[in-house]
Amino acid sequence: MMPAPPDSDPSAGWTPNQPIVRLVDVHKSFGTFEVLKGVSFDVRQGEVVCIIGPSGSGKSTLIRCVNALVPVTAGSILVEGIEVTDPRLDKLALRRKVGMVFQQYNLFPHKTALQNVMMAPIHVLGQDRREVEARARALLAKVRLAGKEDAYPGELSGGQQQRVAIARSLAMRPDVMLFDEVTAALDPETVKEVLVTIRELAEEGMTCMLVTHEMNFARDVADHIYFTDRGVIVEHGPPATFFASAQDERTRRFLSQVL
Amino acid sequence: MSASDRTGLRADVRPEGCPTDLPVLLPFALAEGHPPARLRPVHGWLLCGVAVVTFPAWAQGAAVAPSPLDVVIKWAPLLLTGFAFNVAISLMAMAIGTFAGIGLGLAMLAEGVVLRRIAWSITQVFRNVPWLVLLFFVMFLVPFQVTVFGLRVPLPDWVKATFGFSLPVMANVAEIVRGAVRSVPNTQWEAAESLAFTRRQTLWRIILPQCAKRMLPPWMNVYALIAMATVQASIVGVTEMLTLTAQVHAAEGGRPELFAPLYGFAMLCFFLYCYPIDRLTAVLERRFETR
Repeated sequence: MMPAPPDSDPSAGWTPNQPIVRLVDVHKSFGTFEVLKGVSFDVRQGEVVCIIGPSGSGKSTLIRCVNALVPVTAGSILVEGIEVTDPRLDKLALRRKVGMVFQQYNLFPHKTALQNVMMAPIHVLGQDRREVEARARALLAKVRLAGKEDAYPGELSGGQQQRVAIARSLAMRPDVMLFDEVTAALDPETVKEVLVTIRELAEEGMTCMLVTHEMNFARDVADHIYFTDRGVIVEHGPPATFFASAQDERTRRFLSQVL
Repeated sequence: MSASDRTGLRADVRPEGCPTDLPVLLPFALAEGHPPARLRPVHGWLLCGVAVVTFPAWAQGAAVAPSPLDVVIKWAPLLLTGFAFNVAISLMAMAIGTFAGIGLGLAMLAEGVVLRRIAWSITQVFRNVPWLVLLFFVMFLVPFQVTVFGLRVPLPDWVKATFGFSLPVMANVAEIVRGAVRSVPNTQWEAAESLAFTRRQTLWRIILPQCAKRMLPPWMNVYALIAMATVQASIVGVTEMLTLTAQVHAAEGGRPELFAPLYGFAMLCFFLYCYPIDRLTAVLERRFETR
């Protein structure tokens, strides 16, 4: 029997009982400014991880490194065994496993909600159009947007656009979802509808990494919370202990300001 | 002669509080209540009408020679044939230039540094050289015929001129494409990237469809400019409208009073062709601005 070529599936050696995302001593500099100064942690499958911290502490940069939107300067990131920092990385293979939702929704404005959701599975994964359409309609219904299939992003509210963006990402059937301050640009009254959607995802067992300023949401939904400041993880723990008995002075000061 | 006569001011229009009749320069005041005069399309038509009506009366002066209007009418079919060449040259130059310009513009956005630099250099050269120089360049460098697979294809002057004009079109369209693609927020690229679209798919399926509309008005602007520039081909001897107008003028004995009607006819043709394009461009620009 021929052994399978090593490049066929980059995550062939990975098993679900290993961490699905593993960061080891990740450094990132923009010019001379070091944003990340050695960040390490593991995310296990089905886990919901929230990254909190003051603005400019490198949270968004950190989450963007995971799907190679931002190249790291040093360190290692493994996603299902794929080495993200490898210069020969197949970015497309990585991004088929990792979905991402942005602060500014970033829907494609010339496409309807349904087309936004359908585009990637059809053109990237080459799936059958009818099968994709059925799935896209189901996903839009799941994020409570049934009836808005033919609306253009400009005709939707911020919260509705963000839910289309979540559906668009889910249509690729990712194994990990990254949420980069997804409620930061929303009106207070529409924040909730987006958080409800994310919570449902988390309850279904989707592995989620969230950068968020919603402390109550983080406390409710997260399995583990990481607090970053000035490019390092200052403190982390499950929400119960993290919010009740933070040890570090910086964490306590931050929590007293936002809670 | 009184002082007020010398200043050109009448005593009765002298403003109050200014009792002197010494030559004082009064401040310039705008008449109120009159909006600035502005020509509208209807005025253009009116002027044309007046011109047509007054031509015969004007021509009474030269009793023996045919009137300028008769001359214009007599030669109009020939002159319009020349104008057809102007239109054909501009349309073909636009087609070739747009095709090449989209390629060049996309090359300027390529990931490869070498390709990007080369495309950028080509664009800069052809954008910053007088069109007439490019025209000469092509007229004298392109042979009068080429041999393709043993088949001799003649290249008449107007075809060469077409190539000459398509070079600046190419460079300008390339710049339009580059500018339009750059105007799409970077976040669109990020969103497409994180959905595992390739760079090429992102460009063709997500970025270019968004900026096609934005490219239309500047593209039409280039067309109006190139249509007007085609008369430069007369300098290199292409038998387009301006060349024919000069020839007609000579054939009619070079009478000075024919100068204005003949060249006026050429002006009218170009105006009637380019003005609607210009208007439509402005309308489209306004419509896309609001979105």
